[in-house]
Amino acid sequence: MALSVGNIQNNRLAYLYTLPAIIVMGMVVIYPFFYNIVLSFSNMNLTHFNDWWITGVDNYVSVFKESTFWYFLFKTILWTVVNVFFHVTIGIFLAIILNKDIKGKSYFRTLLILPWAVPQYITALTWRGMFNSEYGAISLTLDRLFGFQIPWLTTEWGAFTACVITNVWLGFPFMMIVALGGLQSIPDELYEAAEIDGASWWHRLKNITIPLIKPVMIPAITLGIIWTFNNFNIVWLVSNGGEPADKTHILVSWIYKSGFRYFRMGYAAAFSMIIFVILLTFSWNFIKKTRATEAVY
Amino acid sequence: MRKPRDLSIAGKISAYIVLILFTLFAIYPILRVITISLRPGDRLLSKSLAVIPPNATLETYIKLFTEEPFLQWLGNSLLISGVVMFVGVGLAATAGYAFSRYKFVGREAAMFGLITTQMFPLTMLLLPLFIMLIKLKLYDSYIGLIIAYSATALPFTTWQMKGYYDTIPFSLEEAAYIDGCTQFKTFWRIVLPLAAPALVITALFSFMAAWSEYLVAAVLIQDQSLFTLPLGLKTFQSAMETSWGLYSAGAIMVSLPVVILFLILSRWLISGLTLGSVKG
Repeated sequence: MALSVGNIQNNRLAYLYTLPAIIVMGMVVIYPFFYNIVLSFSNMNLTHFNDWWITGVDNYVSVFKESTFWYFLFKTILWTVVNVFFHVTIGIFLAIILNKDIKGKSYFRTLLILPWAVPQYITALTWRGMFNSEYGAISLTLDRLFGFQIPWLTTEWGAFTACVITNVWLGFPFMMIVALGGLQSIPDELYEAAEIDGASWWHRLKNITIPLIKPVMIPAITLGIIWTFNNFNIVWLVSNGGEPADKTHILVSWIYKSGFRYFRMGYAAAFSMIIFVILLTFSWNFIKKTRATEAVY
Repeated sequence: MRKPRDLSIAGKISAYIVLILFTLFAIYPILRVITISLRPGDRLLSKSLAVIPPNATLETYIKLFTEEPFLQWLGNSLLISGVVMFVGVGLAATAGYAFSRYKFVGREAAMFGLITTQMFPLTMLLLPLFIMLIKLKLYDSYIGLIIAYSATALPFTTWQMKGYYDTIPFSLEEAAYIDGCTQFKTFWRIVLPLAAPALVITALFSFMAAWSEYLVAAVLIQDQSLFTLPLGLKTFQSAMETSWGLYSAGAIMVSLPVVILFLILSRWLISGLTLGSVKG
């Protein structure tokens, strides 16, 4: 095993193999990343598109000064917490059921992962249609069953809830599948032994299931948090670009609007840098913390 | 004694109820799209909630292919996704091999850097990329879009290829060297054919990254004749009046192949995900 992984000393050939990937990553990721840092200190906007110059930290100051940043930061955190909470609880809950001996469970499993398979933009546009107040299936159903309407897309929190429902729909299968993989690796003997000792259902969940699927769930949850935090597609397409009145935004969709619709490029670049630093600090701490607890177990 | 995976009768009944409820939640939007796509033209704004609409017809599909530029979008998307697939496989297969087999300065940093890119908000790269492509006169062209898409799936596919190469015993390559094979020939003739399953996954992932992407295309493409499927389908909704029928029929045509592929692939994908995280 030690022989097979990364042991050939041949720098030149190794660089040759990685070169094509490095060139593409350089063009699409590395160069734009540094260019973005430069832009964030510049005054580039619609009137200064070609003749921009470095102005210092003005953009960062205006990001922190404007109330929109704090407002959308709050919304983004709420958005991420609510979504990931539902993804993980629904995912683990369904995985526990699918891990039992139930007839036809492979059919259920296949149907339950369908939302993951549908392209995201189609999910978003389809749910937007379903939330339509006049012809949308959700509004019609609510109206027929309970006789009332919810102004989904026309009010601030209605639109936010609509985005959350859409995103919960598309995100729970991933967590379910990861949890199922973790559950299948837990030996039955553990549960048998616990049952002999008289452990209740809750104790088995708390003391066997959760600790043993934790190593699989932690990386998945980290990824889930990053994906959700940055999930432009759902918020933008369900709310049709922030409707009503630029209220329905998370940080990334607000950046997009500032940069590409309001042409405040320098401002958008500074905003992006701040988000990146937030995410990096979060992931770093999260990984470090969970590593530390792993060592305790 | 009861086995841990067995359920009591009451447990079974409640398990089925929960599964059925969530399955309905999962498939309802999909059924809804199918329903709307099958409605006859004069019933598009119907308030009916029936799954199979009365007088179901395929006329919307026919209209989609004959009266709308759907075939053109399909062609554009197929071309772009196809090229991205080949480029993506080439990049991930070579880089993954270097990460798996060679020890070189910067290896750890490069592999960590690949993961870090997953944390970048897309908008952070999009703005500089957009300005850069305008300067290079590659705005509103397939080349810009293809380069951008080739990088999207690369971190994941490179890690995935590396993981697969790690499982191929090194003794095979040693034997080839002893027989006088060069290092490159060994990679090409011996390692790559053995890595075929991983290559297939990489190919499909690269393809899907381009096939289902909306935002980058929305920024880099403006010319209507260059529209990809996501841009095209969005036009059905952004017009003053939404064409739900055409949108639904288009959504089905676009999703069906990727959903089927995904279901076939999900088994490998899942084992890769859990394997990777257990190891990491």
